Amino acid sequence: MADRFVTRGFVGRREPAGSAQAARIPPGQHLVKDFPVLSAGPTPRTPLASWSFKIEGLVTEPVSWGWDEFQKLPAQDFVKDISCVTKWTKLDTHWRGVSVDILLEHVELNRRAAFVTAFSDGGYTTNIPLPDLIDGQAFVAYDYEGKPLAPQHGGPARLVVPHLYFWKSAKWVRGLRLMERDEPGFWESLGYNNHGDPWKEERYTGD
Amino acid sequence: MTSPKDEMVLDGNAVAGTLAEIYGDDMTTVLAECTSCGNVDHIGGLIAYVHAPGIVLRCTACATIMIRIVQTPKRTLVDVRGKRIPPPP
Repeated sequence: MADRFVTRGFVGRREPAGSAQAARIPPGQHLVKDFPVLSAGPTPRTPLASWSFKIEGLVTEPVSWGWDEFQKLPAQDFVKDISCVTKWTKLDTHWRGVSVDILLEHVELNRRAAFVTAFSDGGYTTNIPLPDLIDGQAFVAYDYEGKPLAPQHGGPARLVVPHLYFWKSAKWVRGLRLMERDEPGFWESLGYNNHGDPWKEERYTGD
Repeated sequence: MTSPKDEMVLDGNAVAGTLAEIYGDDMTTVLAECTSCGNVDHIGGLIAYVHAPGIVLRCTACATIMIRIVQTPKRTLVDVRGKRIPPPP
């Protein structure tokens, strides 16, 4: 067996090449077991009584849910691998939340709607093409590993778009704005990629 | 408003090296005024968030973002729209 002669120091934290796990780690990433906390500002602590989630912009009629109303929307459990642009990947994370498809059923989209800006408590924004948020690819999640999502990880609710770098999965998300044009968000306006596909290593503008 | 218990918080001195790389000089003792509330502080005293895709320096009084820095393998991007140079005393 060839890999018997490969020292641990040589392969570092990666699993042996060819293993099923290694095949799930995008290029340039390493595996972590913990869940690193990344923040660009103070952790907002919005009381659930004043929390709302809104869909606005290029829709015929904006819609908004309070926390209790949002909990009544059809939710689903999902298990996903997540990758952060700071080069860690975490496998098999368990979430519960509402798919963006379900949310968009409550609005009539203007035909010009092609991009989305997700906006959060604290002023954070991130831009995502609309096709990346539909067909079961994106969720607004409020449980993580069977417990209410902790504030440092974006609770009470965060966007989860697992097939893109995790800065797109806006913590403390409060709504989606439908747009005609792509408008760079908080990190995208300072050199990060507008799309952010980890498998293509779309880390920075121009990648 | 920033809770003092916020575990991610450092101060501007923590990014002294990065700032010196960008500006070619020690910036931590330079005064900066928040464009939002007018509070004046040394850059080294600003609230710093460094555990993120970039560095974010915020006003100690109102937490408004004063400086953002992203370093990519090819370039460094700096946004200083949240600060201005304070008037002389």
